[in-house]
Amino acid sequence: MKDLSYQAVMQRKNEIMKKSVGMDYDMFESGSIAFDYEAMMKDTGYTLEDIIRIQKGFSIGDTRIIELKNITELARKCAKPGKGARIFLKDEASNPSGSFKVRRAATSVYHAKKLGYKGVITATSGNYGAAVASVCAMAGLKCIVVQECFDSEGKGQPEIVEKARKCEALGAEVVQLSVGPELFYSVLLLLEETGYFNASLYTPFGIAGVESLGYELAQQFRKDYNCEPDVVVCSNAGGGNLTGTARGLKQANCKAQVVAASVNLKGLHMASDGQFNKKSFTTSHTGFGMPFATNPDRSDVPRSAARPLRYMDRYVTVNQGEVFYITEALASLEGLEKGPAGNTALAAAFYLAQEMDENQTIVVQETEYTGAGKHINPQLSFARDNGIEIFFGNPQDEVAGKNIILPQHPSMIKAVDYNMEQLRKSYIKNKVAGFNKPTAEDIKFLSEETKTNCDFVLRAIEELNK
Amino acid sequence: MAKKHDYVQIHRIVLEPDARATTIPDDTRSVPLEMWVKGYLNDETANIGDEVSVITRTGRQVSGKLVDDASHYTHSFGNLVPELLQVGDQVRSIVFGEGEK
Repeated sequence: MKDLSYQAVMQRKNEIMKKSVGMDYDMFESGSIAFDYEAMMKDTGYTLEDIIRIQKGFSIGDTRIIELKNITELARKCAKPGKGARIFLKDEASNPSGSFKVRRAATSVYHAKKLGYKGVITATSGNYGAAVASVCAMAGLKCIVVQECFDSEGKGQPEIVEKARKCEALGAEVVQLSVGPELFYSVLLLLEETGYFNASLYTPFGIAGVESLGYELAQQFRKDYNCEPDVVVCSNAGGGNLTGTARGLKQANCKAQVVAASVNLKGLHMASDGQFNKKSFTTSHTGFGMPFATNPDRSDVPRSAARPLRYMDRYVTVNQGEVFYITEALASLEGLEKGPAGNTALAAAFYLAQEMDENQTIVVQETEYTGAGKHINPQLSFARDNGIEIFFGNPQDEVAGKNIILPQHPSMIKAVDYNMEQLRKSYIKNKVAGFNKPTAEDIKFLSEETKTNCDFVLRAIEELNK
Repeated sequence: MAKKHDYVQIHRIVLEPDARATTIPDDTRSVPLEMWVKGYLNDETANIGDEVSVITRTGRQVSGKLVDDASHYTHSFGNLVPELLQVGDQVRSIVFGEGEK
């Protein structure tokens, strides 16, 4: 009989992971800070063409890019003369399961089936659960989705409750937990009990699945609009969306600037029971975005394939009230009702477009489905019931967990730049901790990881040693 | 009362507060880690609060306390949020109306 205590199961973590992902992460390690990221990505054994073929087999992809003419017009009304780039939206909500996440699920589920696994497990409170459930339904595999859903009073986040419903509707078993990172312990127990495949969001299979999005975006944009996208904005949480999209853009030789956008939830602790239902966003927020950018290997696999700092040119934050406002504008001006979290990048793009010339283009690379629970109306209604004040004012004054400030006028929407140098330096600090002498290979690795150069890395390490 | 094979929801404690991770915030560590699972009831009959076991949709057997004998979803579109109407009116008026700036 195996020891099922928290400590014992956590100690067996690597062994459980190896069996459930079918991948030996040790072979990419250098023994120091560096590891061979590209070799790990290649180890899926699937080329981009293979992935596109697999996804087509599940009717995934070929989603439209919509020009948001009225939102663009609104941005131009707020911008200086001659400014206001054309804003576009890739309608990923039209995928099976209602979000881009199904691209991420497809490769994992296909691979699990090929290797003879009977089922798949994933830990997620987001759209990824429905994505895995949807592909499992098509592939005839069993599916368990593990969610953090309720606070200690048993009150569920309506957005997450809806996602549970959708997973169940697609045939999955949903295991719901109260707040806490020990969710990972429950996942490990389930992996041991069932012998299922671990469709973690952060394996190379998941990230390689998103490359098709970036690749498709570039090709399609050229074909439909006869020009290159100048900027691509990605809603950012764990970094997989941005990493995969940017890698795909690169493979299409697209030189667009890649911008990450997160909802600013400064001050709210992600593992706090008391603050769990004070958040009006359960994803695309800084509570995931910042820690995962500066320490990607904190995920549930030994090495995360989502490494956003490798590809990010800019990182901006917007406030909750601004995303709610732009979501309503999308419905009222474009006739498109889409879930709010995916519109984080749209709120940022609305501002960024005003910095750009009218003949330039900016593309928001995803939308997500909306419905009961995960729609702006229930989310604002839930916030109000939880004592969050909602009013019109200057969104820059918003205090997450206390109020939601809808902009008095759309010209008050601002995407605020996060200091990239600081972000890169904290990544380097996290990586060199515990290593006395980074090797030459480590320095090169860190420069690739931070999209900088060896001089920058050496200077950052020198500063740390002062 | 639930009968054998009814689709029900059970609840169990995964970790008592003293067994939880040491790195989590105090408010989270002061409460247990709880779990809710649904499945087909194994017992002949059971009342809310009874210790029972169920077979989940993936075929796992799980035991716990019966909390709901007709579990269903009640999440909705919430109460009226009049501010959203104002936002809709405002953006339409800026783009299609007199063009306030």
